[in-house]
Amino acid sequence: MNSLINLSAHEMRQGLLNSSFSAEELVGAHLKEISKSKELNSFVTVCSEEAKIQAKAADKALRENKEQTPFFTGIPLAVKDMLLVEGVESKACSKILEGFTPPYSSTAVSKVTKQGGIIIGKTNMDEFAMGSSNENSAFGAVKNPIDKTRVPGGSSGGSAVAVAANLAPVSLGTDTGGSIRQPASFTGVYGMKPTYGRVSRYGAIAYASSLDQIGPFARTIEDLAITLEAISGFDPQDSTSVKEEVPSFVSELDKLKDLSGIRIGVPKEFFISGIATEVEDSIRESIKKLDSLGAEIVEISLPHTEYALAAYYIIALAEASSNLSRYDGIRYGNRPEQVETLESLYEKTRALGFGKEVKRRILLGTYVLSAGYYDAYYLKAQQVRTLIINDFKSAFSDSCDVILAPVSPTTAFKLGEKTASTLEMYLADVFTVPVNLAGLPGLSVPCGLDSNNLPISFQLIGKPFAESQMLQIAKVYSR
Amino acid sequence: MSLSKDEIKHVSRLAALEVTDEEVDEIKAELDDVLSYVEQLSAVNTEGIEPTSHVHGIVNAFREDVIKDSLSLEEIETFAPDFSPAGFRVPKIIS
Repeated sequence: MNSLINLSAHEMRQGLLNSSFSAEELVGAHLKEISKSKELNSFVTVCSEEAKIQAKAADKALRENKEQTPFFTGIPLAVKDMLLVEGVESKACSKILEGFTPPYSSTAVSKVTKQGGIIIGKTNMDEFAMGSSNENSAFGAVKNPIDKTRVPGGSSGGSAVAVAANLAPVSLGTDTGGSIRQPASFTGVYGMKPTYGRVSRYGAIAYASSLDQIGPFARTIEDLAITLEAISGFDPQDSTSVKEEVPSFVSELDKLKDLSGIRIGVPKEFFISGIATEVEDSIRESIKKLDSLGAEIVEISLPHTEYALAAYYIIALAEASSNLSRYDGIRYGNRPEQVETLESLYEKTRALGFGKEVKRRILLGTYVLSAGYYDAYYLKAQQVRTLIINDFKSAFSDSCDVILAPVSPTTAFKLGEKTASTLEMYLADVFTVPVNLAGLPGLSVPCGLDSNNLPISFQLIGKPFAESQMLQIAKVYSR
Repeated sequence: MSLSKDEIKHVSRLAALEVTDEEVDEIKAELDDVLSYVEQLSAVNTEGIEPTSHVHGIVNAFREDVIKDSLSLEEIETFAPDFSPAGFRVPKIIS
């Protein structure tokens, strides 16, 4: 039975259709593995009872009407605690929302459950998605299953680990500055941040609204593709979601025989000093492999790359300070008992409920938006954002079809290694944030291991709404 | 650029986030670090560059003026800290 957890979602689907095993056995096997893996702290909520009930219902549907059942029938998924799931505690791993049970699900989750998906639990994350190592959770750090003394990356650490440790075949995370791609690379799984607007943010607890996107983690490209397909699409509930046709990513996956005709841009500014030697070597090897598969490798320049991190931290923190102002203890969330005035209710609720990193970001975000500083910081950062977007536009129109870059300058670092310096932790995001600033799709593809057996990945960065082509390229690379 | 303790206190009032005197020192060091880093943007020539607030430039995402269901009072009661049918109860506003 334990071999069930090693299957891909596609294999699980086949097995269920062939009656090789039941949904009850499948979900049961995953719940067992989750209870054996508590040390990883990947889940903050496990929906055992609900999942077993849904598994029984799935088995009934499969018995009665097999061919009509949607793809995810009976298949478990893990969902980042940032995404609301109706009836399940959803707290963005913050004390301020501990105990909050939403009366509705996020659109992305609803879409997957409509396709039969069984939510097996909510995964651990950096509080309010603010972090790059999953050490900022109010419910304990997550451990990397490959080396438990190391971080899994963040902020979607729990979702990455759920897939990497076979606790679920696929999971959902969010990516605002790299929070899907970086933990995917630290744990050796696939992770994708879709184009901004591709997936509805309705029901996703907001961190930075112009940057946030929900995306999938999976162990295979096929599973990644089908999960992305399931969650994508225009949603009238999200005014920033885009009316763009959602291709069938899965059926288009094998369209490319090889990579002839595809120009892959390698941005020289991403290969400056600071990348660990083994990471750079592995990525250079991957570039050679892509070359041998027929791609044309083109050196490109994204001149404003060095300013992306600064622009990101101003914009993201400013937007976060605004988004998190809703946590005031009035309509939902936790608040202290003895308070005299409304004002002190706000101040104490937030002081008690938010962790240190969240407080830092709110204070900085408030500062850069405050009178006298708005122009110098926020407005300036938005202008730099335009320059970064234009860098990508020029590269795509003049030189290349897709861009290849590192995801992270290092492999998974040790727990506690970067927690002493706020800035040092921020620097971990240097290669991922430009993609969020430009709203482009980013796909993290495992490509090697370092001498400590720690995974290394490269990322593909595509034109807006080019997810299908990116998945096809990754498919050719992985053959 | 470095934040003074008064500035931190001012910002914490704007953010409705109580910061104790002990916390101010720790926060000051961390914020100063990050502020110094982001200051490098002042070196970028942004003359005539439009700021971006939305990457795809969608404007006026309207919906039809149709009444839809919202949360019921029963649903609100499941998560509101202090709720009466008249509204959310709060401590006194004027002290």
